Amino acid sequence: MDTVQSPHRANLVRWAQARPEVLVLTADLTASCEADGFRDAYPERYFALGMAEQNLLGFAAGLAREGFTPYLHTFAVFLTRRPFDQLAMSIAYPNLPVRLIGFLPGITTAGGVTHQAIDDIGLLRLLPNMTILECGDATEVESVLDVAQAINGPVYVRMLRGEVPRLFAADAPLQLNQARVLSSGTDVVVISSGICTEEALRATQVLREHGISIAHLHVSTLKPFTDPQLSTAIAAARYGVITLENHSISGGLGSAVAEVIAEQGLGKRLIRLGLRDTYAHGASRQYLLREYQLDALALVEAVAMLTKTTLNITEDQLTATRLETQRPIEKTEDL
Amino acid sequence: MAQLSPTINTTSAALTVPQVAAAVRRRVLEHTLKHNGGYLSQACSSAEILATLYLRVMRLGASTAPALPRRFAGVPAANNPHAFTGAGYNGAKAPDLDRFIFSPVHYALVLYSLLIELGRLAPEALDEFNQDGSTVELIGAEHSPGHEVTAGSLAQALSQAGGIALARRLRGESGRVWVFMSDGECQEGQTWEALAALAQHRLGNVGIVIDANAQQCDGPMAQVMSIEPLAARLRAFGAEVHEVDGHDPDALEMAATFNAARTCPLVVIARTDPCRGLERLRERAPKLHYVRFKPGAEYDTYQRLLAELTAEAN
Repeated sequence: MDTVQSPHRANLVRWAQARPEVLVLTADLTASCEADGFRDAYPERYFALGMAEQNLLGFAAGLAREGFTPYLHTFAVFLTRRPFDQLAMSIAYPNLPVRLIGFLPGITTAGGVTHQAIDDIGLLRLLPNMTILECGDATEVESVLDVAQAINGPVYVRMLRGEVPRLFAADAPLQLNQARVLSSGTDVVVISSGICTEEALRATQVLREHGISIAHLHVSTLKPFTDPQLSTAIAAARYGVITLENHSISGGLGSAVAEVIAEQGLGKRLIRLGLRDTYAHGASRQYLLREYQLDALALVEAVAMLTKTTLNITEDQLTATRLETQRPIEKTEDL
Repeated sequence: MAQLSPTINTTSAALTVPQVAAAVRRRVLEHTLKHNGGYLSQACSSAEILATLYLRVMRLGASTAPALPRRFAGVPAANNPHAFTGAGYNGAKAPDLDRFIFSPVHYALVLYSLLIELGRLAPEALDEFNQDGSTVELIGAEHSPGHEVTAGSLAQALSQAGGIALARRLRGESGRVWVFMSDGECQEGQTWEALAALAQHRLGNVGIVIDANAQQCDGPMAQVMSIEPLAARLRAFGAEVHEVDGHDPDALEMAATFNAARTCPLVVIARTDPCRGLERLRERAPKLHYVRFKPGAEYDTYQRLLAELTAEAN
């Protein structure tokens, strides 16, 4: 598996070149959000609004009303939790095409509780008109802007920065409201999102070697959440469903899947892996993934619980798993 | 509703600010009596400000909106092509025309009354005020006549106006963006974030007029949370500030004169009296934010007062 260094930085410059309606607005975290390339390439379309997110969102709303497409770059916590009323009233209510590019999703940062967006998806799922996208790899980072730009309304993107793995083939772009089916199986379905998909891939590979039949879907659209592939896979899972997300288990992917199961009467057990009604703290990503049980080992344990089997799988085995770039599986394959 | 024939006043060119301001106060008083409640003191404080803006300051085209307001057509959404704003009552959007952003939308009744006096809205529109399914709402939203943005969560309109002004500058438009604000909104941190941004980005195409009536919902601002010295604060944030008697149309007009070379936001602090034109209201102070007359003597007194004011005007 390859990794790509700062895919958003270069992609944004390339992508925005022939789109004069695209503006970038920042809140004192320009290079931290990989918008410095855009700033240097198109200074006339770049606006620094300082550490003032309430006003940032209002300015974006005004620009969007006038036909521009502002791309707001700052940390996810400062786009969602801090100016929530401005987001709801100035942007979401009038359904304005503002693009909120939120960095440091969940526990991807050592910056601690103030910088870790663990409730952003839950908050924004409450907002009518809002579309929520989450990137899980470099391919999604490079293709999410096309998806966002095509949406008539506000879009929130959980973005990744720095060294980002390429899990998905570069020619398999993110598609709105369409999960990626990474494997099929009939014992358990694993539904993962964001950085957790890499963890899940390590686990599912080893679990299959232990005879567990696992379906694995990667979700990159949290709202809307109406992809029929999810219902089909859930309905086919003999033992049940496990969700794995870099977010609180309330309000995010786990909750969305629970709603699907309940509303469609699918009647499956569900284990939600994620932050369980807790804040986190500043530490490395790998340390926090383990501490809060968002990692491959946590998924193995959940599968063991769901299938009531004893699996002798060690953390070392999971870490040693070599991941290949995932190709889309054949559409004709039965789920 | 809807099949009433609108009785539009078509003589706005000949109207004077004092006439219009007095008519706005009468109409708001009449409405407050008829519906047993209203934002009356806001009409008393802001009547000259709004009349001066519309009659002498802003460059607006003729209304493009129906004299009888449309019914609510649903909230804005990707699948609702019918949603609209009330901006058409302030004329078409054009590069050389001004835009009006109305921030303290609990003043909606004052704005509706003004639009009626100016012939931009039919008097019958007020029959729809606060009625279910109507856009002539108690607290205006972007679909309400004369409104362009949803501003009821106070202090959000100025930032949105800043974005509109920035967009207009990017397009090279000469039209300006006027924002009518209340002084209470200066308690919100967002107001100061917005002012800093307007100054930093040299948005000289923004004009802000503040109805400084020194009142807020809980009472006099000086007792609740003072924002003074307001002019000094605004200047320190990089605005060009004029402080005038908000009931003096000439002073308001002069303060709002635009200098095309200015590269900072213009702010007019209009010092006003929340009982102006209705001296009797003073006995209710400091409870002025939303006025509801007590049945009996008080109600009758104001009914007589309205009759006197109407007789004087005719």
